[in-house]
Amino acid sequence: MEITLNGIKVQVEDDWTLLDAAKFYGVKIPTLCYHEGLSPYGACRLCIVEIGEGDKSKLVTSCLYPVQDGIKVRTHSQRVVKARKLLVELLIARCPTSKVLQDLASALGIEKIRFKARYNDCILCGLCVRMCEEQMDAKAIGFVSRGVKKRITTPFDIKSEKCRTCGACIYICPACLLRCQGPEPPSVLCSGCLNFSPPCVDQYKDVMCYLDPCVACLKDKGENMKKGGKK
Amino acid sequence: MQGETISRDFPAIDAIIKKYGERKEFLICILQDIQARYGYLPREDLERVAEKLGIPLIQIYSVATFFKAFSLRPKGGHTIQVCLGTACHVRGAERVLSKIKRDLDIDVDETTKDMNFTLKTVNCLGACALGPIVEIDGKYHGNMNTTKVESVLKKYSTKMKE
Amino acid sequence: MEKIESPLELEKLRKSIQSKKKKEKTFISICAGTGCRASGSESVINAFKEEIKFLGLQNKVGVKVTGCHGFCEKGPIIVIHPKEIFYHNVEKEDVMEIVSETIIGGKIIDRLLYVDPTTGKKITKESDVPFYNKQKRIILGNNGKIDPTDIEDYIALGGYSALSKVLFKIKPEQIIEEVKKSGLRGRGGGGFPTGRKWESCRNAKGKLKYVICNADEGDPGAYMDRSLLEGNPHSVLEGMIIGAYAIGSKNGYVYVRNEYPLAVKHLEIAVNQAEEYGFLGKNILGSGFNFSILISRGGGAFVCGESTALMASLEGKPGEPRAKYVHTVEKGLWNKPTTLNNVETWANIPIIIHKGASWYSKIGTEKSKGTKIFSLVGKINNTGLVETPMGMKLREIIYDIGGGIPNKKKFKAVQTGGPSGGCIPEELIDLPIDFEKLTEAGSMMGSGGMIVMDEETCMVDVAKYFLKFLMEESCGKCVPCREGILQMGEILENITKGNGQPGDIELLEEISTVIKDTSLCALGGTAPNPVLSTIRYFRNEYDSHIKDKKCPAGVCQALIQYSIIPKKCIGCGACLKQCPQNAITGEKKQPHIINPEKCIKCGACYDVCKFDAIKRV
Repeated sequence: MEITLNGIKVQVEDDWTLLDAAKFYGVKIPTLCYHEGLSPYGACRLCIVEIGEGDKSKLVTSCLYPVQDGIKVRTHSQRVVKARKLLVELLIARCPTSKVLQDLASALGIEKIRFKARYNDCILCGLCVRMCEEQMDAKAIGFVSRGVKKRITTPFDIKSEKCRTCGACIYICPACLLRCQGPEPPSVLCSGCLNFSPPCVDQYKDVMCYLDPCVACLKDKGENMKKGGKK
Repeated sequence: MQGETISRDFPAIDAIIKKYGERKEFLICILQDIQARYGYLPREDLERVAEKLGIPLIQIYSVATFFKAFSLRPKGGHTIQVCLGTACHVRGAERVLSKIKRDLDIDVDETTKDMNFTLKTVNCLGACALGPIVEIDGKYHGNMNTTKVESVLKKYSTKMKE
Repeated sequence: MEKIESPLELEKLRKSIQSKKKKEKTFISICAGTGCRASGSESVINAFKEEIKFLGLQNKVGVKVTGCHGFCEKGPIIVIHPKEIFYHNVEKEDVMEIVSETIIGGKIIDRLLYVDPTTGKKITKESDVPFYNKQKRIILGNNGKIDPTDIEDYIALGGYSALSKVLFKIKPEQIIEEVKKSGLRGRGGGGFPTGRKWESCRNAKGKLKYVICNADEGDPGAYMDRSLLEGNPHSVLEGMIIGAYAIGSKNGYVYVRNEYPLAVKHLEIAVNQAEEYGFLGKNILGSGFNFSILISRGGGAFVCGESTALMASLEGKPGEPRAKYVHTVEKGLWNKPTTLNNVETWANIPIIIHKGASWYSKIGTEKSKGTKIFSLVGKINNTGLVETPMGMKLREIIYDIGGGIPNKKKFKAVQTGGPSGGCIPEELIDLPIDFEKLTEAGSMMGSGGMIVMDEETCMVDVAKYFLKFLMEESCGKCVPCREGILQMGEILENITKGNGQPGDIELLEEISTVIKDTSLCALGGTAPNPVLSTIRYFRNEYDSHIKDKKCPAGVCQALIQYSIIPKKCIGCGACLKQCPQNAITGEKKQPHIINPEKCIKCGACYDVCKFDAIKRV
């Protein structure tokens, strides 16, 4: 089977998802609720990619979408990146203390959170629920309620007999283990620990730029800084 | 309820489960029947259902909290449902609801201290011609407004607070 | 009752029922739909039964308790057959007179007749009432003629003849071809071609297939599905059995909203009777085809209108949707091929089979065939269920059928498609209503709710209302829907409280785009529609809220003030007594005054004043 990934034709296996294909060919797609050892859930929507062309193009979650022969996939189109940015912005407003989210924000070049921070401890990615059920076979925790009131807990919010306190839920949690101490109201965004090299987030019609470091970008950034300095 | 030991009416619960052939797909119907019998879903009963149907308790708890029809707390003697459907909304249902809240001094999904009233909202009762509608114990009170609230509530009050 | 074992036996039974019914010439059909029940039709029914028994007329006059006639505004409604005399707003006190005057004496009681508000003329016959005669009631029509708890009423009107036709004369592929040719599209929301759905399901691999009827009508302000189940449940069942035969399914489910107790009851009775008569179960009508239907009651969740959420709920799980990259016709309920259609869609099937696809496809517009039932509610004179051919103009529905806006207020907009739809403004009142036109206008067909709004409806408040609704009804699984709607709701809350900022509208639009683009299911994918369409057509109202801190319609509490017009106030003291804050003062027979400092804007004074002396600006 052959698909077009960011303008390049590549061979893929029949049972792959688009995310599998992207990973295999080294294209980095941000994910949050996805984990290799667990069933895909498709809730965080960060792994969205654009498929199809023109008016008929649409965004799909790559962790769930099966590869199809001849499909055209863009992993970092403007539409995709714009959506990802807003999604992370929404998530940070919910849970600014997650280091994983803060890192995602800096990687995406988010500079401002326009929403009121709510300092929730959980982003409802459901990794712990699936970990508990699928890997630990305990089924001690799950989603409760719906809509904005949705949360993760044990039955009746009391210690569950099924829980063996194995700690796998805490191990896998992107929000509670890696607490970020940085952000203080009112800024919410810390951007303090850019602990990995920021990839270039400028994008062109089909592809994102892989040059790292990219001379053009550096030059551009330099000019921006100069302008900023003048003010 | 925690720590309290109540002898539950398990034969009744078992009969409900049996009525649906102990089939997992009727979990929601089983819960509805339990709710209809006791007015809420007692914890012990849910544990019994989990055991009988072989479903994890957390799944039953998820279902019981996901759907609007279920309550995990005992309800008052009368259940008031204020319709907040669009037709009722544009005709002023919001004002009727706040009047009831003020009169009973409770919020939505709460029960008065004397256990007489539980206040709920519903998305649409489908009797839009009579909106705004307030349903009490299955009886519809149509064309409600803030003035009518008091007299309607009075009918159901054993002792109306002056 | 013995099971019917062949088409011949069915026809024999039909003839015997029909001749039995002929003897009963006069009968009173009384609407006992939820609307009329709420207006007291049950006591009217009892009064009729007693009166007729008292006069010993049981053998001459029948009382037929029917489902919803549609004209809910005027309930309780009765129609006296065969003359079709239409009386409205009947009370139990009227019953004695109706029996002695009209039924025995053959005289018309003037005061119970419907008065055409435009001509002022009194109308005797049901079919002459403008509310009805502009409609085309091919689906709803039988509601007023049959007792939904009696299968023989349905059979007498030709019921189950379409089923007997397909079982013995038409191949499953031909049925699908016929449904495709009819142009029928799903009546539940998206408008997907029904025949194509069936075909994919028939062709899907696997022996075990399911057929589901979605009766979890969740749109606030829409109740056509409930009326069909309450008033004519067998038409829905017949459609399902035909569909199951075409697809090759043996098991069906009806997922019905538990908030509709009467619909559940009538459906249960109908399924039992259909089993008893041999329309459901093993070897249906002796054809060798087996099919059974189980009823499952929904737990109350709007998101279960989404097929995958409904199926999760049927499996005993919370109603969370899943991505539909593999369609439900291939992997649906329990991962088996599943065809899901809504109540109204199923009810269309027997008619298409009975009258033929070419007859059916003559009704409607190029891409939207047949009729559509709308529930016309809100600020409208004739609240009720309205069935019209696709393509009827909005103006005809609102003014000719709906009788216009009450209290001489100005028409402002109509909201269609429920929380997934949008508002259509007055300038588009000549829009022909079909799937495409509504989508182009930024709304959608949805299940057919039509909420009429007048000048006293605030469009920002309406948008906020729907977002609040969706905030509670979202399953909460995916980020854009859960977090995005919450943030949009907060922005709107601020705007209606007078704390709107310049740029809020643009931010709303930005979030909307992303929610539409990235949500997991259609609930999220369409959630921004009410906001986007009100911004599109009523931007000035948003501007007034944001810039001038005013609510032109006088709805948003924080932006309005109550005051008393001294000239109109006669000092009756009614408002003074109602005010919970003691904010109103004044001597008897002197104009009263509201103290704005104390006023909590509850509106109690406005409701109680009989002299229109309270001003809300």
